[in-house]
Amino acid sequence: MAEVTTRTAPPAPVLVEPGTILPGRARGAVPLRREGPSKLTGAARYTDDLVVPGAWYGATIRSTDARARFSALDLDPAFDWSSVVVVTAADIPGENIVSSIKADQPILVPLGGEIQHHAEPLALLAAPDRATLRAARKAVRVRTEPLPPVFDPLESDHVFAAYEIAAGDPSAAFAAADLVLEGEYRVGHQEQLYIENQAMIAVPEDDGGVTVTGSLQCPYYVHSALKLGLGLDDREARVVQAETGGGFGGKEEYPSVVALHASLLAGKAKRPVRMIYDRHEDIAATTKRHPAIVRHRTGVTHDGRLIAQEIEVVMDGGAYCTLTPVVLSRGALHAGGPYRCPNVRIRARATRTNTPPNGAFRGFGAPQVEFAAETHLNRIAEALGLSPLEIRRRNIYQLGDTTPTGQVLRESVAAGEVLERAAEASEFERLRVQRVAAGQDRSGTGTGAASGSALLTGRERFASGVGLALAWHGAGFTGTGEVKLASVAALELTGEGAIRILTASTEMGQGSKTILPQLVAEVLGVPAEWVEAAAQDTAVVPDSGPTVASRTSMVVGGLLIKAAQRLRAEVESATGGSFAATYRDFAHSHGPRRIDQRFEPYPDTAFDDETYRGDAYPAFSWAACVARVDVDLDTGEVLVRDVVAADDVGRVIHPVLAEGQVEGGTLQAVGYATIEEIKLRDGRYLNDRLATYVIPTALDAPRITTILVEAPFSGAPHGAKGLGELPMDVGAPAVVAAIADATGAWITDLPASPERILAALADAPAVAPPRAGASEPAPPPEPGR
Amino acid sequence: MPVEPPITSPRTLADAYAQLAEGPVTPIAGGTDLMVSLTGELGEPPERMLDLWHLDELRGIALDGDSLVLGALTTYTDLRRSSLCREHVPALVEAAATIGAAQIQNRGTIGGNAVNASPAGDTLPVLLALDATLVCGSVRGERDVPATAFWPGYRRTALAPDELLVRIRFPLVAGRASRFRKVGTRRAQSISKVVMALAYCAGTDGGLWTDVRLALGSVAPTPIRASATEAVLEGRPPIPAIAELAAETLAAELHPIDDVRSTAEYRRVVSARVLHRLIREAGGW
Repeated sequence: MAEVTTRTAPPAPVLVEPGTILPGRARGAVPLRREGPSKLTGAARYTDDLVVPGAWYGATIRSTDARARFSALDLDPAFDWSSVVVVTAADIPGENIVSSIKADQPILVPLGGEIQHHAEPLALLAAPDRATLRAARKAVRVRTEPLPPVFDPLESDHVFAAYEIAAGDPSAAFAAADLVLEGEYRVGHQEQLYIENQAMIAVPEDDGGVTVTGSLQCPYYVHSALKLGLGLDDREARVVQAETGGGFGGKEEYPSVVALHASLLAGKAKRPVRMIYDRHEDIAATTKRHPAIVRHRTGVTHDGRLIAQEIEVVMDGGAYCTLTPVVLSRGALHAGGPYRCPNVRIRARATRTNTPPNGAFRGFGAPQVEFAAETHLNRIAEALGLSPLEIRRRNIYQLGDTTPTGQVLRESVAAGEVLERAAEASEFERLRVQRVAAGQDRSGTGTGAASGSALLTGRERFASGVGLALAWHGAGFTGTGEVKLASVAALELTGEGAIRILTASTEMGQGSKTILPQLVAEVLGVPAEWVEAAAQDTAVVPDSGPTVASRTSMVVGGLLIKAAQRLRAEVESATGGSFAATYRDFAHSHGPRRIDQRFEPYPDTAFDDETYRGDAYPAFSWAACVARVDVDLDTGEVLVRDVVAADDVGRVIHPVLAEGQVEGGTLQAVGYATIEEIKLRDGRYLNDRLATYVIPTALDAPRITTILVEAPFSGAPHGAKGLGELPMDVGAPAVVAAIADATGAWITDLPASPERILAALADAPAVAPPRAGASEPAPPPEPGR
Repeated sequence: MPVEPPITSPRTLADAYAQLAEGPVTPIAGGTDLMVSLTGELGEPPERMLDLWHLDELRGIALDGDSLVLGALTTYTDLRRSSLCREHVPALVEAAATIGAAQIQNRGTIGGNAVNASPAGDTLPVLLALDATLVCGSVRGERDVPATAFWPGYRRTALAPDELLVRIRFPLVAGRASRFRKVGTRRAQSISKVVMALAYCAGTDGGLWTDVRLALGSVAPTPIRASATEAVLEGRPPIPAIAELAAETLAAELHPIDDVRSTAEYRRVVSARVLHRLIREAGGW
């Protein structure tokens, strides 16, 4: 396809001046979410709502060992197996591998093979009805020989990935530092808890292929998995996204497993098979956010400038690699936080444990390390007697600064802007000073949190506090990821005169179905409702890459804008009229026209995957968060009352959906900070039900004020950077800082549960008000646990 | 994979008794606990069920002599809306307000909460603290069981297999104060880590407490009365020295366990602190 020169001017182009920052504001009309009405009325059909005549029900036989030899699968001879299909690893026509970064995860553990985690799939069953399936499950017995498991990621010697990032001379800088502060921070698993469980329906095709319809984020990931596991070609494997009730990363890699299982059963049964997880199975077996242990050692000057950072990140990958190397990579690259520091050493590794594999979850390695970095910085501020706001003002990245990988931040740096906007709107300094005064009153009357025995209450039952955190989030894929992916998005003008977007980018509640047409319509000069979007079906749409990494608006949106610019120019050049007035005539006279737009590397960006030097991301998004909490000093319960979030997203496309992303991400971060916790025993999740894995309810939700800041990115034609993950990075450290402000106790392990807070209060003799007026830095606190 | 056991819906209590007498059948009222068992994941689901929802004989909130009587099918929403309950059993109204969320409160019943016999059942300590009597009925007639004898063991009740809980009776006690506190995992749809009900009569002679009842849930295999702590408080005023002694006694008296919701230590300490707070608030110091 030849590039067509533009004859008539496109609609007002977005002018992006490096360094410009615009206030967030609504622009133009805000279209309703396309799938909103059907979801609201219940008309939307999720996978389990789809009626497929003749379909059988599938189930997965899973291990109850954390590590063992799979020695036998006994089928009770007394049971009538004639109407049941049983699939084992021996039935897999392709490679017994779930396609991912490493070829280490089997689709089913083979007989004689090694079980690596609790709930690992061993065999599959399908039956015509649920009662038969339930009875068949009871007639299966798994025999194993237990092997010694490894549960501690620090002790594991199986390393999935390791990175080191170094800049300057940390040893010399530590020697010159006025204060060196150490801390250790731990975060646990977090469950995505999308509202719709994992679900797939596989329909075998006459040609030996299979069509899988299901709940998923990345049609082409599932497509690759089917090709490898079933030995199919591009055409024989077909993947269609059904209406999807949330993903948050949990439907990035795991749907490949469900789709493979459903397809294997369908192939052997020679009929459609439904593989629909219930919530218990979903929580017990599918991926979680990686637990992490992060150690910081930081050298600062008297006036609060960071001069040396030494950071060690250890992530628990679980039993198989999945996406762990890229999660860890993002973790390593974000570990220092959004702060200038000339002497840095970051070492990161992810190891294998005999627990269910961890994988993608909103934030993708960044929330773990940024919780540590922000909490550590807040403790440094406390030790120096500096305001958390002031220490950030002195250290945040400014235009032209260099990151530890040597990346020069040439544009779109809004750390200061989001910080000041959040601090101003929340009246952070006023609240903090007020709190200091109240804290001094409390200590003056001797009625602090824990007066004497841990069994007694103080006079005040509640203490309130305010906390601040700042985060950065690299926009899109890390390093060379986007270049290697070489995504294609297409725009089609059909012979009938319909304008149609063709992408594999999925709608899972975040709004892609609404904003992608909106971007195209804006370029073409037509109403958004004139632009259709093709179904996410691998037989129809090109591979525009996975719907992950907050890349859809920025990258796929950018490709579609370029495609729309080309289409508009071509039509207007042929017809001499405006696109809106002439495109139907053009379609009728010229026939259908499809423009495929392939990703081109951002200019002047380069990253070396081997040395971890260069431009880790084309741009960063920035977020600041101020949280206010009330802590019940009797019980350690925390109520997050109020959150002010300022998020820079480059360019706001749809203000309502953008605010929705900030609100949803903030609430997910509040859950991460306070109550969400997976408890394990012998490698098994103990609280694998909704009654026991709790997330915030509407009553637990704070009032959230969202401020959208725009520091456009010139590499995207519309200036947009990623948004979806950003609010997840910054909420937890803000809440934990507010708890510390209220109680004097720093909770270094997430979640800051009432149990941990009460234990910390018992250790802290009284509320320690921030030393706002101190001129001498306090001695460094004891290193954390 | 939910199962769908056969279910019958009797229209009279006599019919319900007759069906219960015929053989094993699981009564279901609001279903807020039982429906979960239909997944078949938490043990064997019931084989047959008896729907009590249409038995209006088991509804109603009324004064009867020196008692307040609640039908077993009284929902948490009924409790919250009842001025009689607010006047005579305010702690029960407070407890009802903490259970589940609006949908659960519309369906869940006080009788179901008692019969489900969860150690974390939020109204159960209130029944203990307010000296409730549970009236059990069957083809053989009715009998009274005091709350202190209704939960003999973990998830067990004093009901015979053919019996239904039909009513709960609370004695009206002049001058009785009652308090309730729940410490849960979040602010709604929450299962308790500790639940506490305290009742006492505050005399005019120096504010001495009498008829003290202290009951707790989620700290033992059954809802329990903390009798050693009651003895510390009985006949004494709500002053700091007594509160401290009561908190220490309670902490020594309880033997909670670690489970998926919390730790033994947290439950022990928080029970003591919540009691200390309630005494402090009553004493106004």
